[in-house]
Amino acid sequence: MISIQQEDFNPGLEQDNLSKLTGTGAVVTFTGLVRDENLGDDVGGLYLEHYPGMTEKALQEIIDEAAARWPLQAIKVIHRVGQLHPGDRIVYVGVASAHRRAAFEICEFVMDYLKTRAPFWKRETTVDGERWVDARESDKQSAERWYEE
Amino acid sequence: MIKILFFAGYREKLGCDSLKLNSGEYPETLEALRVKLSEKGADWQEVLEDKRTLVAHNQAMTRKDFTISEGDEIAFFPPVTGG
Repeated sequence: MISIQQEDFNPGLEQDNLSKLTGTGAVVTFTGLVRDENLGDDVGGLYLEHYPGMTEKALQEIIDEAAARWPLQAIKVIHRVGQLHPGDRIVYVGVASAHRRAAFEICEFVMDYLKTRAPFWKRETTVDGERWVDARESDKQSAERWYEE
Repeated sequence: MIKILFFAGYREKLGCDSLKLNSGEYPETLEALRVKLSEKGADWQEVLEDKRTLVAHNQAMTRKDFTISEGDEIAFFPPVTGG
């Protein structure tokens, strides 16, 4: 299940929903927050833009790929868009699987791929004005390592 | 008709979020389209020739040249920064 939304979400509620499924032995969740600093500058706000239509397709492809590699019971991916502030929740990935190893790996895989393949862009507000956040080489490497094995 | 979209920093730099080209106005391939759009000015050339520029063909990312078909949606955008 995928949700692209402006409004906040409740990680506890999402976790409860994933925990109710029969056969589930492990639930791993990740919640990403807006940081209050980047590259040494104070960040006052973060604006999230996306490509409606493609975003949902890209995330579904990532989930399909995870389901082909690991025994996946259920997954929930939430990504917020629009204007956010430091401390706000921005992204959630919750994974239910029979065992912990698959749940951990799927969660990490989905986050790594989301960061390099899903069409979202961040524009941050600092004292010097607004700037588009540059992609990190380390994120690209994190995603590529899943294919090195 | 085909639709061309620009996102994030590119949209701002070009002052353009979308373009529509009618049949006969667009070339046969992505690479030819890059050349055609680059003729619109220095900013356009910079965006279209930037090695980091990502391309989506009908909402799926692609790294290869392709033949453009009527009804296609082609998007150009900078490296993504979600999550």
